[in-house]
Amino acid sequence: MEDIFSSFSSCKNWLASQKGTLADIASSVADRISSADKDIRAFIDVDREEITSGARDIEKSGKKGRLWGVPVAIKNNICIKGRLTTCASRVLEGFRPPYNATVIEKLLSEGALLVSMANMDEFAFGSSCENSCYGPTRNPWDTSRIPGGSSGGSAAAVASGEVPAALGSDTGGSIRQPASLCGVVGFKPTYGRVSRYGLIAFASSLDQIGPITRNVEDCASLLEVISGHDEMDSTSVNRDVPRYTDSLSKDINGMKIGIPSEYFTSGIDKGVKERVEEAIEVFRSLGAETVDVSLPHTKYAVSCYYIIGPAEASSNLGRYDGVHYGHRTKKAGDMIEMYIATRNEGFGEEAKRRILLGTYALSSGYYEAYYLKAQKVRTKIADDFRQAFRKCDCILTPTSPTTAFKLDERMDDPLKMYLSDIFTIPANLAGLPAVSVPCGLDEKGLPVGFQLMAEPFAEETLIRAAHAFERNTEHHKLFSGDKR
Amino acid sequence: MNPEKKTITKKTVEHVARLARLSLDDSQAGKMQSQLSSILDYIEQLNEVDTGDTQPTFHVLSSMKNVFREDEPRGSIPVEDALANAPERKDNFFKVPKIIKEN
Repeated sequence: MEDIFSSFSSCKNWLASQKGTLADIASSVADRISSADKDIRAFIDVDREEITSGARDIEKSGKKGRLWGVPVAIKNNICIKGRLTTCASRVLEGFRPPYNATVIEKLLSEGALLVSMANMDEFAFGSSCENSCYGPTRNPWDTSRIPGGSSGGSAAAVASGEVPAALGSDTGGSIRQPASLCGVVGFKPTYGRVSRYGLIAFASSLDQIGPITRNVEDCASLLEVISGHDEMDSTSVNRDVPRYTDSLSKDINGMKIGIPSEYFTSGIDKGVKERVEEAIEVFRSLGAETVDVSLPHTKYAVSCYYIIGPAEASSNLGRYDGVHYGHRTKKAGDMIEMYIATRNEGFGEEAKRRILLGTYALSSGYYEAYYLKAQKVRTKIADDFRQAFRKCDCILTPTSPTTAFKLDERMDDPLKMYLSDIFTIPANLAGLPAVSVPCGLDEKGLPVGFQLMAEPFAEETLIRAAHAFERNTEHHKLFSGDKR
Repeated sequence: MNPEKKTITKKTVEHVARLARLSLDDSQAGKMQSQLSSILDYIEQLNEVDTGDTQPTFHVLSSMKNVFREDEPRGSIPVEDALANAPERKDNFFKVPKIIKEN
């Protein structure tokens, strides 16, 4: 029997053919999570009653929206009214938002079944999902390895078949890198395409919410639902949302795909290089033309990001002071002592490291040398892309230089961990849409993904190219559950 | 720009921690000092880039300008909802420790 969670259409067809009810879907999600998640730990916690009552609400509404009955896991930094939203941080313990994020309103209005509390690195600081105060999520392909991060719980939940889709957030690769390491599709939209209202802020000039799914078709459907202008987010762009699903099943004959030599240097795993080169061959065989492009400032992207990201994070995290919500220290003291003790107890080590780095970069005497310099280099990185897109429609690279690494392998070396995102960070700095697509396994049997990037608001190009690849290959059918 | 490496001292780490309302014990400050130093050493490479006449990016989409709306009164989160997550409250207020020290 076809797995009803392998795609939206199998889930919806199953419901439409009345082989099962929304209540069956709800109990199936809860059952799968309680069995598979013992090893994977994609969710911080699962509340069966929440899922069941969610299904009842969809039933009651009587509406059959575009995501009718599709379970969608939600990264725990996206606010759902009344549900625990912790960012995997002790400092937000017990926080139940008084409102829904805009993306949540959109999912609910299309009949999606929300599954909350997907695990993540604390405040999305990390590339391995090990910085969660609730403990790490494991990679469904090999539970001794990390799922990637920071949306590691979202990617692992989809890859393990616990849910057919998830929302993550991507500040420097936090959707695409875990999608690549878990063998699923992950999409970071153009900056401003999806409302950030209700996404707990990490770095406001870089953050975007996006979908993680088993295939490109579902990715397009979910992206279509969550995109759009929102007056609650002044950085969201007032521009019509195309029907992304119309870009499916189109040919790519004559499409120009840029290949930047800067992304194919030493330091890439052999298996990653081979699979991505094979993917390039597939595109050529489908009639796409590959062109060499140059992105000479690529090597500065990580440096640039680790000034801008922490600088914005250190100010965004100023709000956690033990007054309005979340953790407050039990220690007695005056106001300032209360702030300090609360923050010391509440933040994990990586959060503290980034707060310190950001505060330093913004502090008197260093602002120009670090923050302003980084914002200028950011312009150079974006200019590289503007130049490159004169020659091509999209750019293809590996998503991550390596496949999934072992737990604890990079925890004592923050810089090495930061370099995990070397290929995904540039799209955030330049605000570009980018997608990671599975393209096979390495010699260890671990998933490899390639990344496609395009000009701002050229999501359709990415979907067209990604879907053409998927239609002509079998990689997306590989499933971690077949191995377990 | 600066040929010699800007190393961050432990004293600076402790100062920055105070600015960020964090406090580090001696061994934490030492560990942070060494980790932040290696990160900052790496970041020094930004100085290789000539940015003489480059404008900084403050918004990635250059078409985006300030966004305004009419200043009309609207509803907001009810007081009870706003206070529901407060670690401590008194009546309709967030309660905090004493700010002014008694003599």
